[in-house]
Amino acid sequence: MDVQADWTDGAEALTYQCCDVCGEKWYFRRDFCPNCGSTRVVTRASACIGTVYAATVVVRAPSPEWRERAPYGLCLVDLDEGVRVMTHSEPGIDIGTRVRIGFLRTDQGVLPIAASTS
Amino acid sequence: MAWITGVGMTAFGKHTGSTTISLMSEAATAALADAGLERRDIDGLVCGYSTTMPHLMLSTLFAEHFGLQPRYAHGMQVGGATGLAMAMLASLVTDGGAARNILVVAGENRLTGQSRDMTMQTLAQAGQHQYEVPLGPTIPAYYGLVASRYMHETGLDATDFAHLAVLMRRNAAGHPGAQLRDPITVEDVLASKPIAPPLKLMDCCPISDGAAAFVVSADRPASNGLRIRGCSQAHTHQHVTGAKDLTAFGAKASSARALEAAGVGIADIGYAGIYDSFTITLAILLEEIGLSQRGASGRDVAAGRYGANGDLPLNTHGGLLSYGHCGVGGALAHLVEMHRQLTRRAGDRQIRSEPALALMHGDGGIMSSHVSIVVERMS
Repeated sequence: MDVQADWTDGAEALTYQCCDVCGEKWYFRRDFCPNCGSTRVVTRASACIGTVYAATVVVRAPSPEWRERAPYGLCLVDLDEGVRVMTHSEPGIDIGTRVRIGFLRTDQGVLPIAASTS
Repeated sequence: MAWITGVGMTAFGKHTGSTTISLMSEAATAALADAGLERRDIDGLVCGYSTTMPHLMLSTLFAEHFGLQPRYAHGMQVGGATGLAMAMLASLVTDGGAARNILVVAGENRLTGQSRDMTMQTLAQAGQHQYEVPLGPTIPAYYGLVASRYMHETGLDATDFAHLAVLMRRNAAGHPGAQLRDPITVEDVLASKPIAPPLKLMDCCPISDGAAAFVVSADRPASNGLRIRGCSQAHTHQHVTGAKDLTAFGAKASSARALEAAGVGIADIGYAGIYDSFTITLAILLEEIGLSQRGASGRDVAAGRYGANGDLPLNTHGGLLSYGHCGVGGALAHLVEMHRQLTRRAGDRQIRSEPALALMHGDGGIMSSHVSIVVERMS
C-alpha cells in the first residue's frame, strides 16, 4: 500500500484512496476496498479543488479551545477526484461554490479549510 | 406476536441528585405497576447505555440493583435509534421464546450529571475520529450540514422547520412531565439564536434528565395490550461524510419493510411517534417515510395535519424537542405516549380519533441508523 501523510498526520495535504481492481474511491483511510474487499489499494494526493455540497457554521462550539475560534465554517466538499471530504470553510462559501482547500496550522493541529476559487 | 403490556416514564428536565440508575428504577417501577407485574414475573431485561455512566454491563448492573435475576439480559447501542431497537429486540426475543416478560428500560441524568460542554463533546464522537472530530464539529453542526443540503434540494425553509418546533411545544404544554412548556411562535423560533445554521436554538432538543420503560410480553394482557405487528431496521452509513446522499436515507426502506411485515399501508396509520432531535430530523423522517410529500412537512404541520386532533397525531407528549431528550430514554418516551394514546389513557391530552395502528420511527447517528415499528391496538 502506497501510504502518504495527510493533514491528520500534520502534513499540508489531503489524500484519498482508490481500489486498483474495481475503481471504488473513498476518503477514510483503510487497507482494503470497502466495495470489493481487494487489498490492492492506492493512496493519492488530491488537487484540493472541488464544489461545496453542504455548509454550516459552528456558532456554539464544543469546548473552550474551539470557542476561541468560533464561529467557524464547516462544510462538505465534493473533490473533483470524486470523493467527499469535511473541511473548515472561509466565510461566504455556500452550496455550489467552487473551492480550493488550503491548510491552517493551529493549536488543534493542521486543519483543511475551503475558500472560494473566485 | 409480542405485546406491549405496560409503560412508565419520569418527568424530563432537571432532576438534581438523580443518577442513571435511580432514574431507570423510577421508570421501571412505573412500567411494572402499569403492566400489573411483580419483579419475579420479569425474566428478560433490555437496557441501552448512558453517557454519564458508561459501563460494560449496564443491563446486569441494573438487574442486580433493581432486584431482577433474568434469564435474558442485553445492553444495546445504536445512538438515538437504540430505544426502538430495544423494543424490536424484546419483540424478537419473546417471539423466539427466550423470555416471556421483558423489561425494557433506559434513563440518564444527562443534564445534571455532566457539563453541557462534556455532553456536546461526547455526542460529537458519533463523528469520524480521525477526519471529522478533529475539526471541532458538534451534533447540531452535523445536522446543520444535512439541513443545508436538504433545504437546497427540496425547498424547505426555516419557517417550515419553525412550524414543527411550535407543534411540539404546543403538545408539550399539555403534558405535566414535559421540560419545555412555555408557548412559542414561529417568530420566536426564527428569532432564536443560531447554533449551527440553518439550525437555531429552538430547532434543537434540550438536554434532559429522565427515564422511560415498558414491558414486552409473550402473552396477551387482560387489558391495555398493544401488539407489535412489524419491525425493521436500516443502517446505511455512520458518518455524515460517508453518507452517499443527504436527501435519501434509510428511513424509507426501514419503514416500508415494517409496514410490509405488519401487512398494512402507510394510509392505515393513525398515530405517529417520530424521532425529532432537531426540526430537520423530524421533517426528513416525515417525508422519507411518506407521511408527507417531499418538501411538504412544514406546510402539512401548519395546515393542522399532525395536530392532536388532525389526521395524524404526532408526538403528542411534545417529542424530544419539548418533552426533552435524556438519551436512550428520549425515544422511549415516544413509545410510552403512543401506548397511552392508543389505550385511551392520555387524560387531558387524549386524542379524539381512535387509531388502531401507530408507526414509530427512530434515528441514530447522523440519519445513520433507522428502526421502524408498527403497533396495533386489539379491540
